[in-house]
Amino acid sequence: MSNPETTDFVIEGHGDISVGVHGAGASGDGSASATRITPGNALRPEDIALEISRGKVKPSEDVAEYALRIGDDGLILAQRLGHWISRAPELEEDIALGNIALDQLGHARSFLTYAGAAWGKSEDDLAYFRREHEFRSAHLFEQPNGDFAVTIARQFIVSYYQFELYTALSASTDPTLAAISAKAVKEVDYHRDHSAQWVLRLAGGTDESRKRIIQGFKLVWPYVDEIFEDDELTARLAEAGVAVQPSSLRAEFDRLTGEIMAEAELEIPGVPQSLGGGRRGKHSEFLGYILAEMQVLAREHPGASW
Amino acid sequence: MAPHGNPEAPGSAASEINREAPKVAATTEEHQESPWSLWEVFVRSSRGLSHVHAGSLHAPDAAMALRNARDLYTRRNEGVSIWVVPAEAISSSDPDSKGSFFESPQGKDYRHATYYTKSEGVKHL
Repeated sequence: MSNPETTDFVIEGHGDISVGVHGAGASGDGSASATRITPGNALRPEDIALEISRGKVKPSEDVAEYALRIGDDGLILAQRLGHWISRAPELEEDIALGNIALDQLGHARSFLTYAGAAWGKSEDDLAYFRREHEFRSAHLFEQPNGDFAVTIARQFIVSYYQFELYTALSASTDPTLAAISAKAVKEVDYHRDHSAQWVLRLAGGTDESRKRIIQGFKLVWPYVDEIFEDDELTARLAEAGVAVQPSSLRAEFDRLTGEIMAEAELEIPGVPQSLGGGRRGKHSEFLGYILAEMQVLAREHPGASW
Repeated sequence: MAPHGNPEAPGSAASEINREAPKVAATTEEHQESPWSLWEVFVRSSRGLSHVHAGSLHAPDAAMALRNARDLYTRRNEGVSIWVVPAEAISSSDPDSKGSFFESPQGKDYRHATYYTKSEGVKHL
């Protein structure tokens, strides 16, 4: 990543987005409707793939492995959250969870596209044609949705962790990681707000909702320590300024989640922590089922397009 | 458990989830006791324009109504500002009194600037 030309991504190639509205996007148009739609400009996985194909971007083995971890976290969580579509308690919440899932999928696509450049693989190769032990996601992300409160408890932990992570990575010396993270952090900031709002409402709602959010936190809290675990890879990357040690994010995570938990009059569950191992490809029994569902179509019909 | 079984009911640890926390969607009788109220959503598409009615949604309170509006009505860069208003706070004109309410201005072309001829020597008109 020594080439200074790679520090700015050229956002281009948006021509393939069909907005479906003739003449849409004329700002200042007095007759502009409230539903005017524009694709907007933001870093997309396609932009990263383009830079890769031009040979401008290629991660080192370490950076690729690191991007794989973060990408897998988002991918597995997106698959989990996607299961809520048509099943959420209200239509509006259905869409909110779907939006969060798609945000996570977007981050995953960018990270996996970038990681794949080290091994000549595409995002789809990595998502659909790796086996369970080759996934690097932490256990928290593959935990079952449970009821709505369990999903919110998991999302609360994830979004506060990801906000700290992406904030830190926005200053990475690796320009691609920094660019992906700078876009992701704004979306994750909204996920924080969404889950915090629900934690407060469930905790302060009815006896039933309070019971469920307490139970939800009890079920997912054992997976918190793993996401803040350092290892040799993060140590090397932190040394180089590419990444940060996950443990360095813990204090701020504890402080901010602690504020919401205190406001909700909830206690941090005193539950033992799981052994983890997701970063080394050791997963809980849940991941295999997620992968079976996620990968079946691509594996049954390799190369299919539609 | 079937290999392609429901990941919501995994092989182990699920007993706890299923016993203590049934799916929210299954508790419809509770849900119907207090349905979320209706909110009207107004979106301003860009600086300098007015907020325009975009649609309506359900939400438990104003804070969540704003967030739901963000998710429902600004998914494609439609807005820079959102208002939400409780639907019950809006008073509307009676569709049956269209005649007395809206037909009176018809034919009153003196209410339009184009009715008047420009006076000589007036600048900047």
